[in-house]
Amino acid sequence: MPDSNGVSGANIRLENLTKRYPGSAAPAVDNVSMDIKAGELIVFVGPSGCGKSTTLKMINRLIEPTSGKILINDEDVTNIDPVGLRRKVGYAIQSSGLFPHMTVAQNISLVPKMIGWSKGRVDARVAEMLDLVGLDPTEFRGRYPRQLSGGQQQRVGVARALAADPPVLLMDEPFGAVDPITRDHLQDELIRLQHELHKTIVFVTHDFDEAIKLGDRIAVLRERSHIAQFDTPEAILTNPADDFVSGFVGAGAALKRLNLTRVRDVPVVEVPTAGVDDPLQSIFDIMGSGSVTELLLLDRHNRPYKWLRRGDLMRAKGSLARAGTLVSHHVTDDSTLRDALEAVLTDSAGRVAVTGKKGEYLGVVDMETLMNSVQELLQADRLDAIEHRAELADAAGGQVHREQEGAS
Amino acid sequence: MSFWDYLGNRWSQLLADAFQHASAVFQCVLAATILGIAIGVLTYRTEWGGNLAIASTSTLLTIPSLALLGLLIPIMGLGVAPTVTALTLYGLLPIVRNAIVGLRGVDPQLIDAAKGIGMSRVARLFKVELPLAWPPILTGIRVATQMLMGIAAIAAYASGPGLGNEIFRGISSLGSANALNQVLAGTLGIVVLALLFDAAYVLIGRLTISRGIRA
Repeated sequence: MPDSNGVSGANIRLENLTKRYPGSAAPAVDNVSMDIKAGELIVFVGPSGCGKSTTLKMINRLIEPTSGKILINDEDVTNIDPVGLRRKVGYAIQSSGLFPHMTVAQNISLVPKMIGWSKGRVDARVAEMLDLVGLDPTEFRGRYPRQLSGGQQQRVGVARALAADPPVLLMDEPFGAVDPITRDHLQDELIRLQHELHKTIVFVTHDFDEAIKLGDRIAVLRERSHIAQFDTPEAILTNPADDFVSGFVGAGAALKRLNLTRVRDVPVVEVPTAGVDDPLQSIFDIMGSGSVTELLLLDRHNRPYKWLRRGDLMRAKGSLARAGTLVSHHVTDDSTLRDALEAVLTDSAGRVAVTGKKGEYLGVVDMETLMNSVQELLQADRLDAIEHRAELADAAGGQVHREQEGAS
Repeated sequence: MSFWDYLGNRWSQLLADAFQHASAVFQCVLAATILGIAIGVLTYRTEWGGNLAIASTSTLLTIPSLALLGLLIPIMGLGVAPTVTALTLYGLLPIVRNAIVGLRGVDPQLIDAAKGIGMSRVARLFKVELPLAWPPILTGIRVATQMLMGIAAIAAYASGPGLGNEIFRGISSLGSANALNQVLAGTLGIVVLALLFDAAYVLIGRLTISRGIRA
């Protein structure tokens, strides 16, 4: 149930989780410990075969751990009935895992029915879940999975996983099998869902960009599920813990960093503006003040309309109708810095107008602001990371200290 | 006597034989279905178990039907008991084999999903695995029915019921006036019954296979 912060998730703690398959010398997952806070979206990312899926499947005990403990909401679930455990933990997998002989509604209602909801409540829930994942209930509830596109199947898969309102959701490369455009949509939708629901989500992928986009924190896993780094996307991008992580981050870390920051987080510059209904004389006055060579004309709703240069005004001959260049690109304050950079690069004058929710003018970003902001961001990230590392070192030092005291 | 006159004369007797024939086949297929699916469910998950079930049921099928009846008569006597036993045993092979192949053919991802959302072993079997394996199982039942239609005729040898009696009567009185008519009536009766059963299976398929997996 959502508490005062709207968090409906549960915290998860993995303690020394190990999986050893009979007949192989090295464990598939070796001694993984991890703390996941309630309401966090954690991404496990790593090369294929690194044991990230195995680790995930140990959380709902589809794979039984050889040793170690799993705690959900501080309750040890390592030895409880796995069937009961799985009904409280949503599970979404790659090929959607929908049962082809059941309709969309039947698929979604499976878990609520198993835990004994009444028919009326189940029916209402099916409609609610379809709405939540953006599918029209009347149109889709009676369809069979093969009558859906890959993206729609995946949405229904997520709806089924969330149907009984589990505090924890496990997702095993859920968007791995859909085309890039659909994947992008599904990722955006998951972010939106998570803003509404605040579940604890553990998400497995091998796609680092996906991890950056979705994760509150990312666990970069190397072979045998060893945690190479477990930190925020910003920290991993700017301060990879070792060569393995930086290899995985790949080239263009600074560019990827741009995806993590919104335009509203950077200062915009003001340019002189005028309204379309302003008298020509006042516009001439602004232009005439010397330093101003360009101004932005706003329409009646205060939205960016045209860029006017001094020369344009000379040729206008008393009418603004044909003067100036229409504003072709603009970004909203919700856009990422990467979108803004793209817009600035394609704009002939190297600047782009920023608009608010209703399209109203807020300011302008140009190359210089972008460069300064990125420099500052990277610098701040670096400082954070260094501080973070110092804290870790302190904590580790303290522990060693205590242990020594205990021993003596 | 022409064939049509013969049919007209013996109409009620033929109908009774046909009904008994159909009823015997139907009941034996039913028994073979229940037994066959049970054997399939119990054995499909182990490599050797499933293979053993398929191998032993196909061995049964290689025994000539006349010989099997001959072996069963000393144990069970004449009449219905050896007929039903023989027919049920023969019906097993296609059903067991298709049940095992069908159950093994269920996408492991779906099994994983079924486990992952918290379905118990029994729920998994009845809600996911059997419904998905049902089309091949139904095909197995259909093949078994066709086979048993023919084999049931031999059962008359053990004084079993059905159209086989007509055929055996004809064969034993070869050269008499009605010998050919008798054999013909029995054979055609079986063919017509087989076609009727097949039509019924098409209908059953429509009614029991989910639209989501129907070809």
